[in-house]
Amino acid sequence: MTDPEQSETAGEVRAAGDRALLVIPPLHAMIAELVSALRPRPAGVVDVLPAAETVLVTLASPAAAEQVRKHLRALLARLDAAARVGVGDRSLPERPIATLGGDDIAAEPLVIPVRYDGADLAEVARLLGLTPEQVIAEHTGTVWRCAFVGFAPGFGYLESPDGRLTVPRRTQSRTAIPAGAVALAGGYSAVYPRESPGGWQLIGTTDLTMWQVDREPPALVRAGSRVRFLDVGVRA
Amino acid sequence: MSGLRVERVGPLATIQDLGRPGWFESGVGTAGAADRASLRLANRLVGNPEGAAGVEVLLGGLELLAERHATVAVTGAAAPITVDDRPMGSASVLEMEEGQRLRLGFAATGLRVYVAVRGGVEVAPVLGSRSRDTLSGIGPEPLRAGDVLPLGPPPRDWPIVDVAPVPALGGDLLTLRAMPGPRADWFADAAALFAGEWTVSSETDRIGARLDRRTGPTLRRSVSGELPTEGMALGSVQVPPSGQPVVFLADHPITGGYPVIAVVVDADVDAVAQARPGQPLRFRRLE
Repeated sequence: MTDPEQSETAGEVRAAGDRALLVIPPLHAMIAELVSALRPRPAGVVDVLPAAETVLVTLASPAAAEQVRKHLRALLARLDAAARVGVGDRSLPERPIATLGGDDIAAEPLVIPVRYDGADLAEVARLLGLTPEQVIAEHTGTVWRCAFVGFAPGFGYLESPDGRLTVPRRTQSRTAIPAGAVALAGGYSAVYPRESPGGWQLIGTTDLTMWQVDREPPALVRAGSRVRFLDVGVRA
Repeated sequence: MSGLRVERVGPLATIQDLGRPGWFESGVGTAGAADRASLRLANRLVGNPEGAAGVEVLLGGLELLAERHATVAVTGAAAPITVDDRPMGSASVLEMEEGQRLRLGFAATGLRVYVAVRGGVEVAPVLGSRSRDTLSGIGPEPLRAGDVLPLGPPPRDWPIVDVAPVPALGGDLLTLRAMPGPRADWFADAAALFAGEWTVSSETDRIGARLDRRTGPTLRRSVSGELPTEGMALGSVQVPPSGQPVVFLADHPITGGYPVIAVVVDADVDAVAQARPGQPLRFRRLE
C-alpha cells in the first residue's frame, strides 16, 4: 500500500490561488467519481466544478487548503488503486453506469424530445460519412452523461460512452443560436439554454426550457445528469 | 412600499451582496460585490450583517431620494458625497430624513463606490443572492432612474462607530500578491509575469481586468496546444494567445480555455476591482 501523500501516479492537486485547488486526475473517467465522492461537500469546500479533464474545488478560506488538499490526495489514491485492481491497467473497471456521477444518477435519464431540423444536420452526416437518419439514430440511441457545465448557466457538455458523433466546431460561429437548439461539437452534445452566439453544429431543436432561474433546480442538466434524446419525428 | 428612490444613475449601478456560492453545478458563478471589503465595511457601519445587499456604483453619479428615514454609509472609491448638498465623509454613518437626497459625484481615484443602507436592499433574492451577475444576467436588473430600493427591517445591532478610518485608494503603483497558477508550466518563463510593471487597460469590468504591459518581458507560451476547458478561480490571471493577461473578477466565467499563469490571492482581488484604467501594477510572487 503506498502512502497517498507520496504516490506519484494518482494525479495531481495544484493550487489555484489561496481559495481554490485544481484536481488533475490520472484518468478523465475519474472525474465523475471525484464529483460523486465530493458530494456532500467535505469541511472547508464551498463548491466543486468538474470540467473536461480537471475538477476545480473552491475553499471557504485559505486556512482550509491544507486539510482539503489532503482529503483530495487520499481520494485520488483510492480511485487510482480501484482502477488498477479493476482491470490491471490504467483504465477504469467496467461497472454499471448507475454507480458513476451525481446524485440523480440512479434515476431514469432525463428525456429531451427533439425535432431533428438543425441547419447543420446534413453537414454533420457528411462529416461522419452517415446519412442524416443514421445521425439521428446514433444521437437518440445512447445515454449521454453531463460531464460538466459551462459557457452559460444550464449549458451542459454531454458525452457519450463511446464518443459517438464526434464532429469539429463550425469554422464560422453564428452570432445568434436560438434557445433550445440541440448541437454537436468536439465529441460533446449540448442544448443551448438561451439565445447566444456559438460555433457548434446544429442538428435539432427542443421545446424544453433547459434553464429557468425560478425553478428548483434551475438547470435541467447538471454535472452528472444522464440524458436520452427522443426523436419526435418532425423534419425540416 | 417606500425606501430609497433612484433619481439618477451614473455609468452603472447594481445591487450586490456577497454573491451566490454553491451553484457551479448549474453553471452559475458567484458574482457579488467586486470589492467585497468595501461592501462589508459599509454594512458594518450601518449595523447590518456583512452580507446584506447594497448598491455597487461604477465611478459615481448616483442620486438617491429618501422616501423615509434611512441610515446609509458610503465606502470604496473616493466619490464626493453630499446629503442635500452638504458634503459628507466617506465611510461614515449618514442619517437621511424623508425627502433628503444623497448624491455621489465622480471618484477621482478608485473605480467602485458602495452604498449600504440600514436593513439592506431587500429585493427578491435569486438562487439565494441579491447580486446582479453581469455575465449570466442573473439577479436584479441594474438600477434605473425611478426604481425604488425596498429596505429590509432594521437589524438588531446598532452602528457602533460614526466613521471608519480607511486608507484612500490611490492611483499609484499597486502591488498584487499572486501565487503561481495551475498552468504556470504552460509558459516558457512563468516568472515573467512578476517582472516589471503592467497597467490596467480600458477593458476592465465586473468580469475581469485586462492588463497591458508597461515594462518587462512578454508572456510566451511553451505549450501551444489548446487547453481543455477547465474551472477558473476568482483572481485567476488567464493568458489568451495575445499574451495580454486578464485578471478574473466577481462575474468571471466559471470555466475557461486559456492557461492560468498565476492567481491573485483572495485578499488582493478587491484591489484589482478598484484599479482604474491606466493604473500601474505589479505582481509579487507568493508561494
